[in-house]
Amino acid sequence: MKNLVALLCGGLFGLGLFISGMTDTTKVQGWLDIFGNWDPTLAFVLGGAIIPMALTWRLSSKIKKPVFEDNFPKEIEQKLDKSLIIGSIFFGVGWGLSGLCPGPAIASLGFGGWQGLMFFFTMAIGMILTPFIAKYLN
Amino acid sequence: MNPDWISGLVGGLMIGAAASAYLLMNGRVMGASGILGGLVDLTSRTNVPERIIFLLGVVLSPILLIQFTGVHDTHLTSNVFVIISGGLLVGIGTRLANGCTSGHGVCGISRLSLRGIIATIFYLLSGAISIIIFKNLLGVI
Repeated sequence: MKNLVALLCGGLFGLGLFISGMTDTTKVQGWLDIFGNWDPTLAFVLGGAIIPMALTWRLSSKIKKPVFEDNFPKEIEQKLDKSLIIGSIFFGVGWGLSGLCPGPAIASLGFGGWQGLMFFFTMAIGMILTPFIAKYLN
Repeated sequence: MNPDWISGLVGGLMIGAAASAYLLMNGRVMGASGILGGLVDLTSRTNVPERIIFLLGVVLSPILLIQFTGVHDTHLTSNVFVIISGGLLVGIGTRLANGCTSGHGVCGISRLSLRGIIATIFYLLSGAISIIIFKNLLGVI
């Protein structure tokens, strides 16, 4: 059952990314282009996603456990460390350059084309390299 | 008025619904970089099939939608240097920060997580600065 839920949630996530325009890199770059021809769409996407999710977090604190799992994820310690800041800056630069964040980068595989495939693989390589970079940072 | 905001809002609600269902049913935070990252760097030996199936769902949706909508382009650059540096930065950055737009942005901000809010401020700012430098000043994208 958990696998079926994963398929449906992944599918709905991909559908949402597609419909909202987040798989169109020019649209995402338009959102970041605050001094150019600024495109506010992404604010509606984020807002649209955050509102139901905020209600869900509140609901999750009132029910005992998820349907197919024993516990809800524990709240992580709210530590503002170097990795969080430096990582987010790196991510932002790459996001601006390419117009892809990880979700749409995965979805872009469904569009075909060597560009999306190449981006996906270099992103995965970056993820594999990260533990070594993190060691260096700390 | 640009009608794009309607599709943005509808798509956003779908993303929120997917994240909600994933939390309430499977008890997991729907973060794209975390789900993929844990697979490729072999740190997460649990839920491997669940992760792969989730990612398959993300890829399948556009394959199906392309048939109906005729939209079939991500407009991703063909500049190999930009693709490689962008991919590496996104991969390393999201794993260092332990989250991306879905994990920190959607799932973090919605529970008022300080880490999520700070991460989102930093990647939005550096994304905007990245556009200023590489598009407006250097003209490489």
